[in-house]
Amino acid sequence: MEQLQRKLAEYTTSLYNEKILDEQFIQLQQLQDESNPDFVVEVVSLFFEDSERLLNELAKALNQANVDFKKLDAHVHQMKGSSSSIGAQRVQRGCIAFRNYCDDRNVEGCLKCLQQVKNEYTLVKNKLETLFKLEKQFVDAGGSFPIV
Amino acid sequence: MGSMLRMNRLLSSIVESCNCIIDPQLPADDLLMKYQYISDFFIALAYFSIPVELIYFVKKSAVFPYRWVLVQFGAFIVLCGATHLINLWTFNMHTRNVAIVMTTAKVLTALVSCITALLLVHIIPDLLSVKTRELFLKKKAAQLDREMGIIRTQEETGRHVRMLTHEIRSTLDRHTILKTTLVELGKMLALEECALWMPTRTGLELQLSYTLRHQNPVGLTVPIQLPVINQVFGTNRVVQISPNSPVARLRPAGKYMPGEVVAVRVPLLHLSNFQINDWPELSTKRYALMVLMLPSDSARQWHVHELELVEVVADQVAVALSHAAILEESMRARDLLMEQNVALDLARREAEMAVRARNDFLAVMNHEMRTPMHAIIALSSLLQETDLTPEQRLMVETILKSSNLLATLINDVLDLSRLEDGSLQLDIDTFNLPALFREVLSLIKPIASVKKLFVTLSLSSDLPEYVIGDEKRLMQILLNIVGNAVKFSKEGSVSISAFVAKSDSLRDPRAPEFFAVPSENHFYLRVQVKDTGIGINPQDIPNLFSKFTQSQALATTNAGGTGLGLAICKRFVNLMEGHIWVESEGLGKGSTAIFIAKLGIPGCANESKLPFMAKLTANHMQVTFQGLKVLVMDDNGVSRMVTKGLLTHLGCDVTTVGSRDECLRVITQEHKVVFMDVSMAGIDCYEVAVVIHERFGKRHGRPLIVALTGNTDRVTKENCMRVGMDGVILKPVSVDKMRSVLSELLEHGVVLESS
Repeated sequence: MEQLQRKLAEYTTSLYNEKILDEQFIQLQQLQDESNPDFVVEVVSLFFEDSERLLNELAKALNQANVDFKKLDAHVHQMKGSSSSIGAQRVQRGCIAFRNYCDDRNVEGCLKCLQQVKNEYTLVKNKLETLFKLEKQFVDAGGSFPIV
Repeated sequence: MGSMLRMNRLLSSIVESCNCIIDPQLPADDLLMKYQYISDFFIALAYFSIPVELIYFVKKSAVFPYRWVLVQFGAFIVLCGATHLINLWTFNMHTRNVAIVMTTAKVLTALVSCITALLLVHIIPDLLSVKTRELFLKKKAAQLDREMGIIRTQEETGRHVRMLTHEIRSTLDRHTILKTTLVELGKMLALEECALWMPTRTGLELQLSYTLRHQNPVGLTVPIQLPVINQVFGTNRVVQISPNSPVARLRPAGKYMPGEVVAVRVPLLHLSNFQINDWPELSTKRYALMVLMLPSDSARQWHVHELELVEVVADQVAVALSHAAILEESMRARDLLMEQNVALDLARREAEMAVRARNDFLAVMNHEMRTPMHAIIALSSLLQETDLTPEQRLMVETILKSSNLLATLINDVLDLSRLEDGSLQLDIDTFNLPALFREVLSLIKPIASVKKLFVTLSLSSDLPEYVIGDEKRLMQILLNIVGNAVKFSKEGSVSISAFVAKSDSLRDPRAPEFFAVPSENHFYLRVQVKDTGIGINPQDIPNLFSKFTQSQALATTNAGGTGLGLAICKRFVNLMEGHIWVESEGLGKGSTAIFIAKLGIPGCANESKLPFMAKLTANHMQVTFQGLKVLVMDDNGVSRMVTKGLLTHLGCDVTTVGSRDECLRVITQEHKVVFMDVSMAGIDCYEVAVVIHERFGKRHGRPLIVALTGNTDRVTKENCMRVGMDGVILKPVSVDKMRSVLSELLEHGVVLESS
């Protein structure tokens, strides 16, 4: 149990150190209480759904012959908003860069950014899923929050 | 019988007196009789026909003023004729009746003739004068004819001048003007040669610039001081000059008599000659010379009207030339302006780019710097809530305080633009003044003791315990000044003293415009920090408070720091309606930093802030928002959920909407607060705020509107304020932040801070 605790703590700290998550995530965790026990998981799942949809839209938009930069910008704006709400810092940064390329109407840059954002998103998704698994294990073993 | 004879004699004598030709030596009485008979007959005939003719012709003519005379004359002639006619009967024996008729006729004739003779005395002079008048009128008519001829010529000339003027003035090209002038003049006046001499740049010579006959005149020049030229330039009239003068000798002297030559001056006007009220002042001394030559051998002379024409043309040419000159100048000015415009535009674009780059940099660094700070603050505050040993607790508290300060400092440093604009506002609150000083002391003591400096604090007894002001920034100022004192002192002591400033100590001799007016609710705090450090060169004192400057001496001691410290302090002190300055006797003699700040005294005007309630730190908040109905509008699902979770955690009853229409549909008076994400792309959220205002008006139950945004720039804030929003909050929002925002909203109805 203690080992689990330590492992969880280390893992969480590493996420912050690597800047995959920022303090916004901490805020989210603070909002989780008895009345809202699965708040974080719900928000994160919604984030995953939203992001996957947005990434598809972005890929589709960039594949067109006449790229509609306005629409592109709107989608990236949404993604930026979502990622900043849950504290996915790297994804958010990627979105900011993406927006700049959109403003410059640089298709090449946009494609590059899209790839980057996708990578970051996949990374954060994996990390979060691992985190949740660890947390579940911890809870099952009888532990309780907050510990960070 | 005797009377008969007498009558005969009378008749004959009358006949004689009628100018009948009588030859006294006629052959026989019968023959005589016969001739007389015939003559009388013819005379009568003539006599009768004359009036007929007269009447006939007079009737034909329209005007004959002497009708009465005509009648008389007619009567006279008719009677004469009658007499002669009746005479025909008297050659033979005739009855008494005939004699009576004859006599009557004669008497009548005599009467009428006499009357006519008398009347003629009056009439004949009249008739004669008619003739004279006729002659006079004829003369007059001839004169008028002549004058008409002259007028016509003049009018023709006028027309020519107008045409010429039109030609000259229809172009703004100098050469065309001059060439056209010469050509037209030559045509109009049938000149042999027409030339224009222009002054050279030096003004000492006249150069032959244009002629009529030669296409490219050789560059003949004559000095300008010739008497003939002076004569022409001296008057604005056309002057006749000798064909032998140098300006008129344009072709090799021919065998023939050269025609008459005239010359006229053409003023060359500049823009400066055109006064606003007058005609152009001929104060210019620059003239050109126009020379006109009549054809040789033509015996033509210059007529007055031709000379007048030349004068008029010369004037017009002057005006046209000046217009052309003005146009040239204005075109040159315009080209220059265009160049300058292009350069300015480029500079402006570069400046804009630079500003944008700086703003982007600031925006990014903003985020970059704030993030770790918030992490530190958040984690430290969480750490505080765990189990710690007292020492650890103290350490954590110090970390928290320092990082709070640092966060504020970063906020201020990075919001340079806000400071410069003056849009920075103080966070006014009630706080404990002595405690503030003690805290500063405790913060500085460790460093001072390392350097073995002795730090003292003396607070005057009349300082109030609780004051109203910006605690954080006052602490910042104090720390900065005290920190400087410690930094730049290698040994000795630093003494801090604070007291209430009295009116005489409110004046700084170096800033006479600083007037401090203490009042009932406010007092002026005066703080003096004296150190025994390296001192400051008096020359450097004025530059101390400028950004980024560090004097040479300071730089060598590896002072570190951004160099902004004092500049920021000065701004804060100014915002506190105070004054800050530094005194030093010189290098090595230590220095004293003094500042005055205006602070409020609680308990008088601000009843809502009771002294014992101190600063409402989030950790001690007891107010809950149980059941507070709020509405959240955000088009981003994740964001919406997070904000909802935040508010639910605080106890609110949250409704969420994803679009503007939904928001307007759902909102009721029961919702106390509306949180609006204003970075929703493409939707005018400000409009929603306006509609809410309209719908619920100024009634007490209007929902408060707060904007959530990722931008802290002024434009967004201004827009929010413009549509009447009650607050602006920067995303992402922490729990504490949301708590304090809600409490401020419910207490004051408005959120003062925005970060």
